[in-house]
Amino acid sequence: MTDAALPTPKAGRSLWADAWNRLKANKAAMVSLYYLVFMAVICIVGPWFTPHQFTTIYQDYTRVPPSLEPYPLPDAVDLAVKDAVKRSRLDLAGWEEKDSKVFITITSAKPIDERVTRYIDRSDVFEHAAIAEKSADGLKMTISADIERKYFFFGTDNTGRDLLTRTLIAGRVSLAIGLLAGLVAVVIGVLYGATAGFAGGKTDEVMMRVVDILYSLPFIFFVIMLVVFFGRNFVLMFLAVGAVLWLDMARIVRGQALSIKRQEYVQAAEALGVSQSGILLRHVVPNLLGPVVIYMTLLVPQVIILESFLSFLGLGVQEPMSSWGVLISQGAKNIPGANWLLIFPSIFLTSTLFALNFIGDGLRDALDPKDR
Amino acid sequence: MLRYVFRRFLTAIPTLFVIVTISFFLMRVAPGGPFNQEKGLNPVIKANLERVFHLDEPLWKQYLFYLGNLLRGDFGPSYNLPDFTVAEIFANGLKVSIPLGLAALVLALFIGGALGILAALRQNSLVDYLVIAIATAGSTIPTFVIAPLIQLAFALTFTWIWVGGWHDGALSAVIGPVLTLMLPQLAVVARLMRGSMIESLRSHHIRTARALGLSDYSVIIRHALRGALLPIVSYAGPAAAALLTGSIIVETIFSIPGIGRYFVEAALNRDYTLVMGTVVVVALFTIVFNLIVDILYAVVDPRVRYD
Repeated sequence: MTDAALPTPKAGRSLWADAWNRLKANKAAMVSLYYLVFMAVICIVGPWFTPHQFTTIYQDYTRVPPSLEPYPLPDAVDLAVKDAVKRSRLDLAGWEEKDSKVFITITSAKPIDERVTRYIDRSDVFEHAAIAEKSADGLKMTISADIERKYFFFGTDNTGRDLLTRTLIAGRVSLAIGLLAGLVAVVIGVLYGATAGFAGGKTDEVMMRVVDILYSLPFIFFVIMLVVFFGRNFVLMFLAVGAVLWLDMARIVRGQALSIKRQEYVQAAEALGVSQSGILLRHVVPNLLGPVVIYMTLLVPQVIILESFLSFLGLGVQEPMSSWGVLISQGAKNIPGANWLLIFPSIFLTSTLFALNFIGDGLRDALDPKDR
Repeated sequence: MLRYVFRRFLTAIPTLFVIVTISFFLMRVAPGGPFNQEKGLNPVIKANLERVFHLDEPLWKQYLFYLGNLLRGDFGPSYNLPDFTVAEIFANGLKVSIPLGLAALVLALFIGGALGILAALRQNSLVDYLVIAIATAGSTIPTFVIAPLIQLAFALTFTWIWVGGWHDGALSAVIGPVLTLMLPQLAVVARLMRGSMIESLRSHHIRTARALGLSDYSVIIRHALRGALLPIVSYAGPAAAALLTGSIIVETIFSIPGIGRYFVEAALNRDYTLVMGTVVVVALFTIVFNLIVDILYAVVDPRVRYD
């Protein structure tokens, strides 16, 4: 007999392949998944392609409303010309616009210094100002300058920064915090919960009492204390947020670990003399992954909300860095005159939260073995 | 029953003690102090201030001192709002926070409950999907987005309500905050109610009641609802505690003089007594409402007995 004579075993369907198939059938979850990937990609890649830096301040474009048309708007050029000439303390004789170039004629009682072009260049509206024509006595001069076309699809904020770029940058921060802090919370929660559940007895009791006590502390107090400790530090924020949210995870994992511990395969491993840590890592933790994955997808939106909440209170991410919470809090303060500052970041944040929730729900349905 | 209530209060004391102890020391371990912020404070004045508030004594003495005062019901003076004692601050703030929270809670329970029942009765219908959509939106959109959007829509676009301010509790001033506080709770209540009502409607005693020819009203309200109420009751306890002690977000955005804002302000200013006060007040509310929940359990579910 050779090995070839044996029928090849039918490939079994693993729990994960099964779950993936079920998830694929869930339209809301799949659309959300694609949306989330799309959101992550535009937040990561987008800022390199937007025409502005998130820190660049355009003094002449503070609080301009979102527009698909390029700035300066037609009637704004006049204003910009007058403004620039006024600063140079010379008299404006007239100006005209010819294929996105302006020709400004200025006069003065005294001979005009040629460095006057700097005043024109200083405006965000013009660039490459140069002297096109100069009268012999130097009392009259025509300056040509290119009109700089700028697009602000989402408008600009109070200090004149492009909101589109800032929203994308903020998305990077919010998503990164959501993912990393979520991971921190899950790692702490799983290790703590699995240890407690697996150890059982007195250890379990003490460990869970600690969780109970931390639970009963007012949540906000706890977060703020951590922020006070760690300072307003970007990286430590992850830890602070993660360190607060591990409690639920620990409880869930402990409950699961308690039931897994009594399974026959664990008893078999014990009988075979596998060490405690080996059983924990090889048998208990992998079987916990289902609820952990579900919980993590539901945890990420919580973290994003928490981070936004802290940023809203001014405790989180600091300027010029930004997160959706920072932008929304600035937007909330500016709704009378500039509602786009609230609306765009809110749409980004809320749609991401929706997507994450739908994925979480979808995963729960997909991984729930009762459904089989 | 009275004995049970009494016993519950007794068991709450160690919990409260642990909470007070942890937050006391956590607060003190944090760098900085209540009189460190003011730049250029004369060292002599600072030392005098610290002596007045017993801050120069060893930590364990301060702790015992605070604990003693607390037992006598004295929350101490506020360091950063020197005109007020902590008790006065809470008395003033709770006058605002409790009515707001209560209104939000009652509305959330009734509207959310009604929506949940409606969805459960017409499962997989348009009404059901609508309720699910409201519940999903309410529990996904954070309050700090809802609140400014409400301002934008109702206060600035339609000018129906005040943008902010308390205005002695005028209706047009409280609608915004109550709505903001209510929506997330309403979402959870509706979702819980829908789930437990569906389960309750499937149970045997409801089938029996229907078979006996009881009216729809009697079946749904008297029999099915009673069984479905338990999850709502257990959710309402912590929710009530959280709502009645004010919300930082809502109070900040709508400029309302409740107690929510002190949580953050006091911790950042290291106003030790005020921080401790907020912790104790929240813990007390939580304990009391958990107790109320347990008592309500017995009222709703006759199988629960506490003797």
